[in-house]
Amino acid sequence: MPGPTPNVGGGGSGPPGNGPSENSSDDSDGGVRIDMISGARMEGLTGMEKIRLILDGVRDGNIVILEEGLSPDEESKLIEVTMTEISPDDFTGIEIETYPKAETNDQSFLDKLMGRKSTQKLTVIGPANRIETLHKDENLISTLVSRR
Amino acid sequence: MGLLTNLKDSISRVTDGLFAADEPKRIGIYGPPNAGKTTLANRIARDWTGDAVGPESHIPHETRRARRKENVEIERNGRKVTIDIVDTPGVTTKVDYKEFLDHDMDKDDAVRRSREATEGVAEAMHWLREDVDGVIYVLDSTTDPFTQVNTMLIGIIESQGLPALILANKTDLPGSDVQQIANAFPQHETIPLSALEGENMDEVYTKIAEYFG
Repeated sequence: MPGPTPNVGGGGSGPPGNGPSENSSDDSDGGVRIDMISGARMEGLTGMEKIRLILDGVRDGNIVILEEGLSPDEESKLIEVTMTEISPDDFTGIEIETYPKAETNDQSFLDKLMGRKSTQKLTVIGPANRIETLHKDENLISTLVSRR
Repeated sequence: MGLLTNLKDSISRVTDGLFAADEPKRIGIYGPPNAGKTTLANRIARDWTGDAVGPESHIPHETRRARRKENVEIERNGRKVTIDIVDTPGVTTKVDYKEFLDHDMDKDDAVRRSREATEGVAEAMHWLREDVDGVIYVLDSTTDPFTQVNTMLIGIIESQGLPALILANKTDLPGSDVQQIANAFPQHETIPLSALEGENMDEVYTKIAEYFG
């Protein structure tokens, strides 16, 4: 039984549109592809480019893991764009999980003053019809990923 | 550049609040599907204006467009607060028309309902970023509040700097666990209520006046 095939995004050297989902798509053997995208890869992208990168991967049936997650504003836009792309018998939306937000003590005074919060939280995103969360707590996210 | 923009936004938010003190505040009623948002909106509207906001249903995504009831005047302890209630569709990250087939709908109706639901959720998210001054976040106290949608939405509301009142609804039902909601969001005050039965609405109105007045 073939296992998941991680595709580790790193470096941030590629152009914004060159997401992992364009490189290959190899679940033709029934496997599940996992794209692990580093914080460095996401750093230079605009909010919309990040959302496109995620949704393009998820719509291809991949599981996308973000090392550093999205900001609340980006999460809001991700929900909004996901809704606009849902279509019957094709794409039913996304399943997304992050660890519950811990009280952060690492914010600077300026961050607190400006209401900025750390967005560094590992985030797992997948097609709603293929991924199911089995268990989640502050230290563990356990998901069941089904094949097509 | 980002710092200056953030500073400008922060100052603008404060000054807008000062100069618009007499304008009705737009209070969005948010939460997951089937939490009782429309039941609450109707309860508030009926108590203070005599009208309802929209139809209630046990079928998810009954509310598929944000609906506004304007100029709802709430008086509490000699203090009058005027709010526009915005009842929003339940927020989710997925909508599958097949779920509606279990509610005696044919495929065409189910597909239409799911399409309207997705448009409504997108609209609700847009309202949250652009058009509300405060949020009443309604949760069904008989269900697990530790969901990703709740976590994300509370995070989004906090990041917008919006005042938020968390309501633990459906306390009339067996299995209601208000403490579980309080534990999930300890940074916010949690008020128990049954919007359907009108239980504890006095406290809800007092808190609305306190938070949004």
